[in-house]
Amino acid sequence: MRHGKYPFIVGFLAAPVALYVTFVIAPYLQAFYLAMTNWRGVSANPKFIGLDNFQRLLQDDVFWKAVRHHGLLLLALPLVTIVIALFFAFLLNVGGGSRGGVMTGVWGSRFYRFVFFFPQVLAIVIIGVIFQRVYAPDDSGLLNGFLGFFGIDPVLFMANGRIALWAIIAVLVWQSVGFYVVLFSAGMASIPKDIYEAATLDGAGRGSMFFRVTMPLLWDTLQVAWVYLGIAAFDAFAIVQVLSVDQGGPDGATTVLGMEIYRNAFSYSQFGYASAMGVALFFLTITFAALTLRVSRRETIEL
Amino acid sequence: MSEDRRTFLQKAAAAGLLATPAAGLLSACVGGGDDDTQDQAEGEKSEKNPLGVDAKAELEVVIFNGGLGTKYATDVHIPSYKKSFPEANVKFSQAEEIATVLQPRFTSETPPDMVNNAGSKLMDQGALVQAGQVQDLTELFDAPSLDIAGKTVKDTLVPGTVEQGTFNGKPYVLNYAFTVFGLWYSDRLFKDNGWTVPKTWTEFTALLDSMKAKGITPYAYAGANAAYYQYLVILTTAAKIGGADVLKNIDNLEDGAWQVDAVKQAAQLWGEIGNKYMLKSHLGLRHTEVQLQQNQYRVGLYPSGSWLENEQAKDTPAGFNYAVMPLPSATASDKLPQSAIYAAAGEMYFVAAKGKNPRGGMEYLRHMLSKEGAKGFTELTKVLTVVQGATEGLTISPGLTSSEAMLKTAGSDYFAYRWDTWYKKMDDECRAATNELMFSGGDANKFVTRMQKVADAVKKDPSIEKFKR
Repeated sequence: MRHGKYPFIVGFLAAPVALYVTFVIAPYLQAFYLAMTNWRGVSANPKFIGLDNFQRLLQDDVFWKAVRHHGLLLLALPLVTIVIALFFAFLLNVGGGSRGGVMTGVWGSRFYRFVFFFPQVLAIVIIGVIFQRVYAPDDSGLLNGFLGFFGIDPVLFMANGRIALWAIIAVLVWQSVGFYVVLFSAGMASIPKDIYEAATLDGAGRGSMFFRVTMPLLWDTLQVAWVYLGIAAFDAFAIVQVLSVDQGGPDGATTVLGMEIYRNAFSYSQFGYASAMGVALFFLTITFAALTLRVSRRETIEL
Repeated sequence: MSEDRRTFLQKAAAAGLLATPAAGLLSACVGGGDDDTQDQAEGEKSEKNPLGVDAKAELEVVIFNGGLGTKYATDVHIPSYKKSFPEANVKFSQAEEIATVLQPRFTSETPPDMVNNAGSKLMDQGALVQAGQVQDLTELFDAPSLDIAGKTVKDTLVPGTVEQGTFNGKPYVLNYAFTVFGLWYSDRLFKDNGWTVPKTWTEFTALLDSMKAKGITPYAYAGANAAYYQYLVILTTAAKIGGADVLKNIDNLEDGAWQVDAVKQAAQLWGEIGNKYMLKSHLGLRHTEVQLQQNQYRVGLYPSGSWLENEQAKDTPAGFNYAVMPLPSATASDKLPQSAIYAAAGEMYFVAAKGKNPRGGMEYLRHMLSKEGAKGFTELTKVLTVVQGATEGLTISPGLTSSEAMLKTAGSDYFAYRWDTWYKKMDDECRAATNELMFSGGDANKFVTRMQKVADAVKKDPSIEKFKR
């Protein structure tokens, strides 16, 4: 077994590590360095300015606005998505009641499963463009055309600062639910049938079946979903860039850190400052991931 | 950016973190470039070759492919250059995203010789100048014109052109297209209804009233992405009320420049127009959508620059006949006449200082600025150039004829500002403030306070390079 060890190491370890270091680690280090310069993207020799960029960051209203939006996303996106996905997954797998001792989904569940996954297949940019039409502010828009039938004035989904972020969260939820329906379905499929049988014999209805049987046995999968969605909440750049008015507007009402990094780097040519934001985002995400892992480990032990 | 299940997992794991190295990747060459400039081609200066171009040196030209297309370069300017220097090879390329394609080449100090820096992804011109990447064009402007005898290049240009491309006292950029701004309308719609061009504010609101009575949205702009068309209108009115110095003070970040009466009064007047004559849903529309509504005779007046006619060429119904009017006078005591307009040289062309053939680049600009070069450009793009009288005897389209007439009536009463390109941050804030003013209540005080605040912040920020004019 000893011969062939080195080709193995080279093929499976050295090459990927080299690639990873070149294209992931090195740019990271460079971003940390750039965050401490005043580089504007065109000169070959940026000036080192220490922590000035971070000091500016602390006083930047827009930056804090973006951070607050991530907070909101972090609460709303996982919660809403998981609740809806769980509900659908339950209906698709168990909601039809027992047939010949086997739990089945509601009528037509195979078709629905297929339909729910549709948004997941679309590129996020395409979703953004589609929802530009769905949310269009006059009666040419899908929703406003519908509301118009009932004589309701057009709702400015994207242009009204108070609802714009919620409208974007709705799109993100719409887009992610399909994937989590599949994820939870897989989780439910692995729950032993006899547990449901026993519960049915004991006279459990659909409600108590869900809360007493399915939920607890799905706990691990739910945690995974929470971590994924939490990390996704730190992104949201693409949909904001495509869908929102004035890229993160109106008046910064939908902006996220990715958007601000992009704006500072490519529109204000302040690559140094943008890198500082990137570094801040890096630490935010790391903190979230570390916290969640800590919490979920404890939960696993309790189970 | 496809979101199938696998990439979703990868993305979820890396999301957020990825944004960090993005700027780093782009900067792969930072610190790697050496300071030695490469050998630059130079030939003998002569009467025919005042800029001392090396007749055999290759010239690389990059043109932004947008509303103007690239045909004017490949069919007019490059052949013109090659006629003078048949031995030179002109390497042409086009780009839709100038910054994406060219920024790395500037960082690594192997830039193309002449660049058309334009489009929504243009490079920050101020930052380029600051980094010493841009050739000083003094020599070009002092050289004799290619085909207008007895004049230097500078003499052939519309006044203000050189200044428009000047950064802290030195001309670095040629702004080639000459754009006039005003309120655009369908001449046919006006003729059918017996409407005339309003000269005073009372006439203006009376016109808007009769449009409203016809069921047409009297006034519109696109809040989602084109609020700057509207702040240009507000500031044009401010300049008419208080004189062009109002704009100069704003450019120079003078204390309280936004809070003078002229700006406040203009904001007040336009805020009222927004309240009474605009459609709330336009706040969420993009410029193409609003322009299309105008082509469908659903919008009366639309503020824009003279590129509008060309931009809408595909959607304009026959007989629509674009025409443009100057803004009406705001008060009886305006400092500038009703015919005064906002007009500026735009569309930036510059020569790379650290390229292989900067003299060839300047010579290329000299060919663009010849009478033939300018005429060819206008014929192909329906946009005026900064070369005076280059369109004499040309009848191209109703919109162009109308904007030429408006410019002629304005005489020397035209003005422009620069702060929106100098300080991008103020541009963003002004778009938001303008939307707030025009669509939600028209509070002029809030508008000027907001703008003064961001102007003060920019002034105090040491990381932003300041400009004066």
